[in-house]
Amino acid sequence: MIAWTIYITFAGALIVLIFPRSFARWIALTAAVAGLLVGLAMFFRRDVDLGHFTTIVRVPWIPALGMNYHLAVDGISLTLVLVTGLAATSAILFSWDVSDRAKEFFFWLLLVVGGSYGVFLSADLFLLFLFYELVIVPKYFLIAIFGSTNKEYGAMKLTLYSFFGGALVFLGVIVAYVAGGSFDLNQLSQFQFPSSLQAWAFPVLFLGFAVLAGIWPLHTWAPTGHVAAPTAGSMLLAGIVMKLGAYAALRVAMNLFPDGFHMWRNLVAVLAVIGIVYAAAVALRQRDLKFVIGYSSVSHMGFVLLGLATANALGVSGAVLQMFSHGVIGALLFAVAGTMIYRRTHTRDLDALSAIDLRHALPFAAFTFVVASAASMGIPGFSGFAAEITILIGTWKAYPAAVWIVGAGMVLVAAFTLRALKRSFFDADSTNSNPSQPPMEPITIPEKLGAGLLMFATLAVGLYPKILLDRIQPAVEAMRFLR
Amino acid sequence: MSYLNLLKLGAPEAIVVLIALAVLTIGLTNDRARGLPGVVAAFGILIAIWTTARLPQQASLFGGMLVISPLNSLFKMICLGLAFVTVPLAVSEKSLRNPGEYLAMLLLGTLGLLLLVGSEELLMIFIGLELLGLSLYVMAAFDKTDVRSAEAGLKYYLFGSTASAFTLFGISLVYGMSGTTSLALITLKLGMGPIQPLMAVGIVMTLIGFAFKIAAAPFHLWAPDAYQGAPVPSSAFIASGSKVAAFVVLGKIVLIGFAPAHGNAGWHMMQPGWSPILAALAAFSILLGNFVALAQTNVRRLLAYSAVAHAGYTLLGLVAGGRDGFSATLFYTTIYAITLIGAFGVVGMVKRETGGDDFQNFAGLASRRPLAAGCMAIFMLSLAGLPPLAGFFGKFYLFSAAFRSGGNHGLLWLVVLALFGSFVSLYYYLSVLKVIFVDQPPAAEPGQGRTAAGQFLPLATIVILAAAILILGVLPGTLAAVITKSVP
Repeated sequence: MIAWTIYITFAGALIVLIFPRSFARWIALTAAVAGLLVGLAMFFRRDVDLGHFTTIVRVPWIPALGMNYHLAVDGISLTLVLVTGLAATSAILFSWDVSDRAKEFFFWLLLVVGGSYGVFLSADLFLLFLFYELVIVPKYFLIAIFGSTNKEYGAMKLTLYSFFGGALVFLGVIVAYVAGGSFDLNQLSQFQFPSSLQAWAFPVLFLGFAVLAGIWPLHTWAPTGHVAAPTAGSMLLAGIVMKLGAYAALRVAMNLFPDGFHMWRNLVAVLAVIGIVYAAAVALRQRDLKFVIGYSSVSHMGFVLLGLATANALGVSGAVLQMFSHGVIGALLFAVAGTMIYRRTHTRDLDALSAIDLRHALPFAAFTFVVASAASMGIPGFSGFAAEITILIGTWKAYPAAVWIVGAGMVLVAAFTLRALKRSFFDADSTNSNPSQPPMEPITIPEKLGAGLLMFATLAVGLYPKILLDRIQPAVEAMRFLR
Repeated sequence: MSYLNLLKLGAPEAIVVLIALAVLTIGLTNDRARGLPGVVAAFGILIAIWTTARLPQQASLFGGMLVISPLNSLFKMICLGLAFVTVPLAVSEKSLRNPGEYLAMLLLGTLGLLLLVGSEELLMIFIGLELLGLSLYVMAAFDKTDVRSAEAGLKYYLFGSTASAFTLFGISLVYGMSGTTSLALITLKLGMGPIQPLMAVGIVMTLIGFAFKIAAAPFHLWAPDAYQGAPVPSSAFIASGSKVAAFVVLGKIVLIGFAPAHGNAGWHMMQPGWSPILAALAAFSILLGNFVALAQTNVRRLLAYSAVAHAGYTLLGLVAGGRDGFSATLFYTTIYAITLIGAFGVVGMVKRETGGDDFQNFAGLASRRPLAAGCMAIFMLSLAGLPPLAGFFGKFYLFSAAFRSGGNHGLLWLVVLALFGSFVSLYYYLSVLKVIFVDQPPAAEPGQGRTAAGQFLPLATIVILAAAILILGVLPGTLAAVITKSVP
């Protein structure tokens, strides 16, 4: 049933092209909500074994090369399907005002979403790679046509980085196929690849995926791309696309080449820690609000990579939880910065924003941004806290020293978040505010709905993380590299 | 051997000749006629495809001069199909006066393709090569009003005839050393002892002639000018049909004829033979083609340099050798040919509407002609190797064949190079698409814009080709299985 997330989304993309422009956003919203509901329905079913990568569909596709159209689901992929649905739905709600070339916009947007569903559900390596590469080009058009600041540069940079990672993955896929003789991820994860092969195949494959997850020092596409993208584009980039890399690194690189992973995981941990601290420090010095959030994304994704590098069940489960959590929080932050603020003030410059009395002009935006910032800083009660504390406990077992450094990094995260919050909303003195300033357009209903959806998700998971962890942990424990 | 039998086995070739004469006659009686010669040519090609499909499974005439095998018949049909889709592009190209003569040349070139593909004997291959070459020189120079077309024709002719001389000399050396021109017998001779120096010279010279035909660097110098200057349908045919046939024949020559002189192109285990030569050509083509294409601002010139790079990728399969590698090469070159005819179809439309084919002529195509722009996106992204398009699967097939062969992943260096090349290539393909989808057209001048009304035929052709690329991308197994089955 969950395979329908893919079909509904791609069908939506085609229907958007066929019908007149005024229908485009409604069709897109319907497709996204349907995808989310399908994911939720699966989530609350009790009869599915989420501890193993359970096959849902398996049809021969190219028999001569042993490729199958093979989809499967476990707790990890289901979690990411959910965050895809959440981010897609809210991204469309926040694009409700797109009118120029709207059909194209929603077409590309739905392609990104559909491809992401495909990656999260593929159990065939070739199919996974196909969906993975499918996402690259729609991102380019989404940013280059509909973006803002320096859009063509940002779009090209992001695309070339993704494709560079894709080329490494391409090589890794060929290696796994030729050496393992199959594309079936479940079969390959049982196959014993020679250690000498794993020693070089793992870094190729892992690095290829990690480019998309924003690993330091190959993260620079992320801030530029996020800033250049339209709101929905940044929401999808932060909410979904960066997760593609992290998810595939876990599902393919680590699970297929466990020996290689253990040889290289110390380096991964070092890069992750550098990424967390470095990106947070850079974010502290940014003037463009979207750059601040862009670097915070890199910092948060560093936690994901650190969790993966711990190679224990707790750390990896935390990493998956963090993928969910950052997907929701990142999307929320970009929604506030891109649509609620930028569309009304036409600036994202923190100095310019601090002169505007935004907290009275846009109280709902202020409220949302406070919630999102709190979640992003890791205040207990929000999903960010639950995820990061799980990762840190896992890290404590593997790399005690890293916890100290990352702890310092978290202070930096709090610092830049509070700085951005203060400069954008709470700097202007309301008593002598400029009366000549034109009143701002109030926050619209779709915006409120989208923000509410994301805030609910981060709060629900923050208050009761067990709801996700119960499904993630068995699936993580079934993975080979733990043993 | 009765003549009736000969006529039966050579029916496709005979039909193509007859149709060429018929089209020429129509052109003589009415040298402005456009529709009738086109219909006759297209119909004749369809009949030829049908008769090819009805040929027997296996037959050989005159000691391999004309060989009928599943592989040969399949690629005869593919070449005829490529000629078939070139016809509507040629008919709608207004700059070609005397369409009857042009189509006759196209059909004679197609005959050259059929002879090339259908022969396993060096002399016959050379005749096919020459017949194809002479028709293509004329087609390249056909636009008598455009000085660039003349330049393209002359350049193509000068380089082409030099390369032919090399090939002929090489063939004569091979014949002198082995005493035969039949590929099967050459293999036997080669297998009997170590390869003599003169034989090696003959092999290398023969390869040079084909490297010219497939535009592999450093024998690619004619390609940019020919692709850019020739009339658009001629460029399309040079880039597609001629290339497919050249790869089929090159594959047969090296894998059947010169099989014992295979050598090894693997890293650390190089052994002299033709495969290190082809590997070097491939590596050089991939690097040169992709990097020079980065600097182009004319779409046709860009396609020419990308063609050099693609020739490099395609050679990977031959370097890998074996049934797997040959099928991968054949699959890739077929897909590539379909893509390029489509891309040139779009270029032709743009050229008729805006008078040029530089980047700025493509600006705003997405708003002017959304359908053609969408098809161009499919072609470019397939060339770049992105899913779910056929080029993606083609590359995968090719690279995995290369990775698997050569013992202990010896060809890894070439695969890495090719992957790097396709990474570079995405930049320039995206630049084309950026111009089409993102840039705004320069302010429309009065009298320009959507003037050309008769664009239905080429547009329909382009859409069909784009659909084929998409379908072959989603279900590549269909074509791949047919090709693999036919490869001996």
